[in-house]
Amino acid sequence: MRRGRRPLSADPYREWKGGYRSYDLIKEFSIAFGVVLAITLVLTILFSSPDEKPTTIKQWSRSDPVDFVTTAVSELDGTSGTATYGPPYNHNGPGQHMWFIRPQKWLGVSHPIDTARDYVLAPLSSINRQPAVHSAVSTYEHASSKQQAAWTTAYSNALGKAKVGPGDSVTIPSGSYGPVPIMMSSLLGIAQTGGLDGALLTSKQFYQTDYTKPLLFMADGSVLANRAQAEHLLGDQWGMMNETGSFPGQSWLWLYTFWYQIKPFSTSANADILVMTIMGALSLAFILVPLIPGVRDIPRWIPVYKLIWRDHYRELARAGRT
Amino acid sequence: MTIISPKPAPPRRRSWTLAVRERAVGAWPPEKLLADEQPSYVSSWIYVFGVLSLAALLVCIGSGLVLTLKGPAWWHDTGVGLFFNSLHLWSVELFFFFLVIHLWGKFWMAAWRGGRVRTWVTGALAFLVSIPTALTGYVSQQNFDSQWISTQAKDAMNSAGIGAFFNLMNFGQMYSYHILVLPAVVIVLVIGHVLLVRKHGVVPPFEAGKKSQRRRPRQSRSKPRPESARDAPRA
Repeated sequence: MRRGRRPLSADPYREWKGGYRSYDLIKEFSIAFGVVLAITLVLTILFSSPDEKPTTIKQWSRSDPVDFVTTAVSELDGTSGTATYGPPYNHNGPGQHMWFIRPQKWLGVSHPIDTARDYVLAPLSSINRQPAVHSAVSTYEHASSKQQAAWTTAYSNALGKAKVGPGDSVTIPSGSYGPVPIMMSSLLGIAQTGGLDGALLTSKQFYQTDYTKPLLFMADGSVLANRAQAEHLLGDQWGMMNETGSFPGQSWLWLYTFWYQIKPFSTSANADILVMTIMGALSLAFILVPLIPGVRDIPRWIPVYKLIWRDHYRELARAGRT
Repeated sequence: MTIISPKPAPPRRRSWTLAVRERAVGAWPPEKLLADEQPSYVSSWIYVFGVLSLAALLVCIGSGLVLTLKGPAWWHDTGVGLFFNSLHLWSVELFFFFLVIHLWGKFWMAAWRGGRVRTWVTGALAFLVSIPTALTGYVSQQNFDSQWISTQAKDAMNSAGIGAFFNLMNFGQMYSYHILVLPAVVIVLVIGHVLLVRKHGVVPPFEAGKKSQRRRPRQSRSKPRPESARDAPRA
């Protein structure tokens, strides 16, 4: 035995030497399983489960073509959320950091996305027998960066006065937009037929499982956020622990989403890494509760245990009197 | 007359198998693994929530298995599929509900006392690993919920660098995590947790060493253990 360490036998809580009672482990588990299965069945029959259909780019481009085109232009000129995100999608942003800790940057670009190429130029280039579109793309690609920015900025500004025309097309006041209107109307056309949903899938294989690009594209617009707001799923609506409809969601994330409701996290550009760090530290503390002085003593200071073991202490008191 | 004495058995060779068997049987003798008695102080509704959590986990695994075998799109198109998806959802909700109460109960009992730190740690880890297990399920639903959760939660993953290899918008990857990797970790942790509970038993009340162990409670239902069983550590 090392000096200073108490022998195991000296620990009064290691082994119970008092009375025992009959117990049927298998019976207890069987009853518990039956009860839980019954409760689950009742909840299932009464409430079922939510299944809100996913949003598609086709639906989005038909229901809100102006928002679709506005998002597409921001992908083209590199001002969208994804275009300026940084790692793991591109190098156009620094990523979040906490002091000198920059894991987002350190891990690098693992899912490369060139928003102009992937969301606009490549889908347009894939259209067959559309010389006007190919010419517009070529004109745009061969223009200087300054010229491209002038066209897209003017077009973006004009979208503020856009109107939805026949066939869900977008009409804007005339101006100096270069090839951008042809490109955008063609992209809108592809999207409205459903072609863009498939064109943006990451893999070119027949079977698909990676929806990173179409999801990021829709997330850059307002289509997902509008639906989420209606379903009380936004971050400032404690959305992380909510579910579509009135169903209970991931309520166990209450502490995680709590931090996003208060300053400085609610206003910080580095909120995510700050909250992840706090939750990581709290999770570690939770695991190590038995080893943290003070925390491990709380149950002794606040005697909830007297309620839990009230029968036991009552028996002790009775035995002490006799 | 020739007396033939029996040949002594050769000394048993030590082996890894023998060592593991002896250790396992020593730690979990049958009467401890499937105990038919328990300490007299185990008399509260709070003790029920551990086994309820286990039962909910089993319903969750069972319903998830059916959903997995029928494929991820099945539940969107059929009434039976929706039924099993609902079973899965509600069993998850019940699992977390029971588990949280179980954890709080164990905290207020300071259930890590008496060499039970590993029991607490495995339980806490099982709870923490259950959270990403549920998250990957939510993003594997293939509906609007998945779209919204994956595009929102990606920022937290990316900020910590996790997003580089754990992409919430990659359905194939998330589905694999949800139906295989993370449930396997949860199951291993839960099995380890239950084995530790069977090995060390339920933590005795505070001050048990000073009072209650000197004087056996005079409960009509309680009974002393036979002398032969007292040498073995109790479950």
